[in-house]
Formats: sequence, structure tokens, C-alpha cells
Amino acid sequence: MEKIVEMQNVSMNYHSLGGETQAIKSLSFDILDGEFVSIVGPSGCGKSTLLSLISGILKPSKGRILIKNEEVKGPSKNIGYMLQKDHLFEWRTIIKNVIIGLEIQGTLNKETYKSAEKLLKEYGLYEFKNYYPKQLSGGMRQRAALIRTLTANPDLLLLDEPFSALDYQTRLAISEEIWLIIKKEKKTAILVTHDISEAISMSDRVIVLTKRPAEIKSVYDIVLTCENKTPITCREAPEFRYYFNSIWKELDVHV
Amino acid sequence: MYDKTDFSQEHINYIKSHKSFKRAVSFTRIIIFITIFFVWEIAANLQWIDPFIMSQPSRMLKTVITLSKDGSLFLHTGVTLYETIVGFVLGTVLGTIIAIILWWSNFLAKVLDPYLVVLNALPKTALGPVILVWIGGTTKSIIVMALLVSIIVTIISVYSGFSNCDEDKIKLLKTFGANKRQILKLVVLPSNIPAIISALKINVGLSLVGVIVGEFLVSKEGLGFLIIYGGQVFKMDMVMMSVIILAIAAALLYLSVLWIEKKVTKMM
Ligand SMILES: Nc1ncnc2c1ncn2[C@@H]1O[C@H](COP(=O)(O)OP(=O)(O)O)[C@@H](O)[C@H]1O
Ligand SMILES: [Mg+2]
Repeated sequence: MEKIVEMQNVSMNYHSLGGETQAIKSLSFDILDGEFVSIVGPSGCGKSTLLSLISGILKPSKGRILIKNEEVKGPSKNIGYMLQKDHLFEWRTIIKNVIIGLEIQGTLNKETYKSAEKLLKEYGLYEFKNYYPKQLSGGMRQRAALIRTLTANPDLLLLDEPFSALDYQTRLAISEEIWLIIKKEKKTAILVTHDISEAISMSDRVIVLTKRPAEIKSVYDIVLTCENKTPITCREAPEFRYYFNSIWKELDVHV
Repeated sequence: MYDKTDFSQEHINYIKSHKSFKRAVSFTRIIIFITIFFVWEIAANLQWIDPFIMSQPSRMLKTVITLSKDGSLFLHTGVTLYETIVGFVLGTVLGTIIAIILWWSNFLAKVLDPYLVVLNALPKTALGPVILVWIGGTTKSIIVMALLVSIIVTIISVYSGFSNCDEDKIKLLKTFGANKRQILKLVVLPSNIPAIISALKINVGLSLVGVIVGEFLVSKEGLGFLIIYGGQVFKMDMVMMSVIILAIAAALLYLSVLWIEKKVTKMM
């Protein structure tokens, strides 16, 4: 399979008058086309920074990041970003929220508008297209946020703890749903999460980071024996506990 | 939103007690209003207070009628309203534009910060005579007064709203490759509509202060002129009447801004 992301010795420092914060230290890894990779690590270790670097809204202090063999120079249409909260704009209807990326990129026309409507239809939000975000449930809002990301038609999705604002029940359901959508649309995804079960159940690979400055501690290729692989059925697989326990130990959480 | 439409007796009682409470409040308000004017009228008639100094509701009414007949009452009220509206609309619009410029250029914002702080602390009405000399005793300088009183607060409060705009919402737009102008248009401005409207609300009152002080100084027309003129020639009926009309006008202006706010928040 082709490499879609290549991180080559990437370091990132933040500067403020108080001093210098080293967030990421010579990090290298590749992500393959169509892969679903999760990144776990202690909070504050530099996971969000990593995604911002890949998306091109931050520039690395050292090293190079390649997307499809081209160096990242700024935000690109190839990449979609989903944040912790849905950040739907309350003053825009769902459809207007969903097409905001097209508006920004200057690609809003009849065709792209139709394809946005099609996505809404496909994922059960079409009847709500003229509703305002506050009229939707938390799960529906998160789905709308994903559709907003998909509308710009990126190849790579960056998900920064996208479910952590939801309650547990909704979280299980929506992560299943979003996983299915991502697979159906054949996207590559990098998911940042602090939920180990979520990481194992959704991913092909889990990368564990050290505490700040983030370096790779270990990488797990997730192989689970289960039929009809989806995040919820994966949780029943016999190997699940094994992965969970090793990653838990790696993270070395002290309370 | 509600579970039921056929209400239980408990719910009906709740609605009833709520309604009767509201009725009692309105009733008491009206009673207080009538009592004040009634006692004022009686006290003046019985010479407990000197109507020449304290005026009297019936005399004020008479003044209203005389001044209405030659149309001068409408002229003066109209002038004051016009100046106030122009003042606070200009103050809000210009203030918002300047806030946008400051948001755009962090350098300029930092440079101007101490000037804004000092200007904000300064009672702008102290500049009245200066404006009068520079611009002349016309409506223009009254509007400039009103503008001056409201613009600094607008700049400061709207700018602070702009800079407190949710970073993550801006980040979201940046991931789509948004430039500064798009960030302004798509999130910073719309998310600050409430801040701008609240500036508008404050500016109604401030602009009135500027207008009345301006009319005191220019002394040509307007309710401020009636008040200062009435005071000088000891026509307290005219002064009191003008103050009451001013209070009504101010309340009406404020209510219209509230109405605009309601319309806008509904749209959002
Ligand atoms: N804009 C910034 N300026 C300075 N320090 C920052 C900035 N953003 C993040 N940091 C610091 O960098 C480290 C990594 O942050 P982040 O990537 O958000 O961590 P995570 O997402 O893993 O919780 C933290 O210690 C944080 O305080
Ligand atoms: Mg984070």
C-alpha cells in the first residue's frame, strides 16, 4: 500500500516569554493509504500539536512532513480535521454549516452543494438540513461535524478526541457510526484519543507516545479475530484484553 | 418540548398563581405612577409645595398643549431623537469598524491600548466646549458629542469580544485554509453580534448624555435646549415637562433596540 503520511524526524517547540516548551521530539512514522491509526499518550504530551502539524496549520521546528509525497506547506484540501467539540456555528443551519469548507475553499457550486446534500441524506441528517445546531442531539451534531469534514472531500481525516465531549452510551454508538462512515468513504484516519478501548476497537494500528516531549514508545498492530469487524464487535474479540492490558501498562498511569 | 397538552389541576393552579402574580405587579406599578402625579398635583394646589419651583402635573400638561399648538414641542423632541439616533448608530458602526481594524492588526491594538484607556476614563463631555469652537454651534457638533461619548466604550467592548473569540472555532476554519478576512466574516463577526447589540444598548443611554450636554452648550433646539432655556427664564413647567418627555423618548429608544435584539437573536 502507498504511504499517505510520512513524518520525518519532526520536532516542535512552542515559544513564549516564559520559555520554550518542547512538545514533540524527532518523531518519525508513516501512515498507509486506507489505514485507521490511533494515537494514545498522556494528556499534554503533544498529540493535538502532532495533528496540527500534519494538517499544516502549524509548521514544525525541525524535520519534514510529507502528504502523498509532497511536503506540507499549509492547510490542504487533502486533509479534514475534526475537533473535540463539534464547533457547529449556532447561527448557521446544518446545511450552511456543512458547506462552510466549500465556501472557504471557493469550491461551492451546484455540484458540490448537491454532493453535500447527498452526504446528509446518506447519513440520516437530510430532514434536519434547515435546522439549527441547537435543535440536534449531541450524537447528531457530531455526525454533522463529520459530514462538514467529508464535504470538502479529503483523503486523510484527523480526529482529535472527537467523542470525548459525549456521554458513554452516545460515544459507543457514534464511534461505531463514524467508523462505518469512514470505512465506507474509504478514508485514511488518524484518531487521537485517551480511551484505550476506543483506540483498539477502531484501529489497524495504535501508536503509544511518551509523555512530553512526545516520542514513540511503542506501536501495536491490532489483529483481532472477530466476524463482521466493527468497533463494537471488536470489543468481544479474545485478543482485546491482551492489547488493553499492555497499552495500559505502557501508558503507566499513576493516580 | 412539553410532555402533555392536557394539563393537570396542579399545573392549572400553577399557571393561575403565576398570572395573578404578574397582574398584581402591573397593578402596583400603575398605582405608584398615579399616586406620584396625584399627590404632586394636590400638594401644589394646597400650596404644600411651591408650584412655581416644583411645577405641577396640570401646568406641565398645559405647557405640552401650548407648545404642541405651535408645533415647537415636536420640533424639539424630533431634533433630540434625530441627534441621538444618528449619534448612537454612528458610534456603534464606527466603533465596530475600529475594533475590526484593531483585531486585524495586533501591533496597532497594542500601540493604541493606553490611549484608549485614558480616553475611556476621560469624561468626554469635558471636550464639549472644544468641539463647539472647532465645529461651531450646530447640530453637527451635537452629533459629534454623542458619537464621542459612545465610540470609545464601543471600541473597547467590541474589540474584547473579538479577541475572546473561540480559538478552536478559528482553528476549525484554518484547517479548511481560511484566510484572515474569511475568519472575520465567518466566525469573529457573527459570534460577536450579541456583543455589538449590547454595545448598541449601552450607546443609546450614552449618546443621549452627549446630545443633552451638546444641546445645553449649543442652545438652539432640542429638549436639552428647552431644559436649559426653561431653567434660565425660570419656567419650571417647561423644564419638568421636557425631562418627562426625555424619559419617555429614552425608554422608547431603548425598547426599540431591545426589539431589534430580539429580531436578530431569533434570526441566529
Ligand atoms: N500555543 C501554545 N503555546 C505554548 N505551548 C503550547 C501551545 N499549545 C500547546 N502547548 C503545550 O504543548 C504541550 C502539548 O500540547 P498538546 O499538543 O495540546 O497536548 P495533548 O493534545 O497531547 O494533550 C503542552 O504542554 C501544552 O501546554
Ligand atoms: Mg489535545
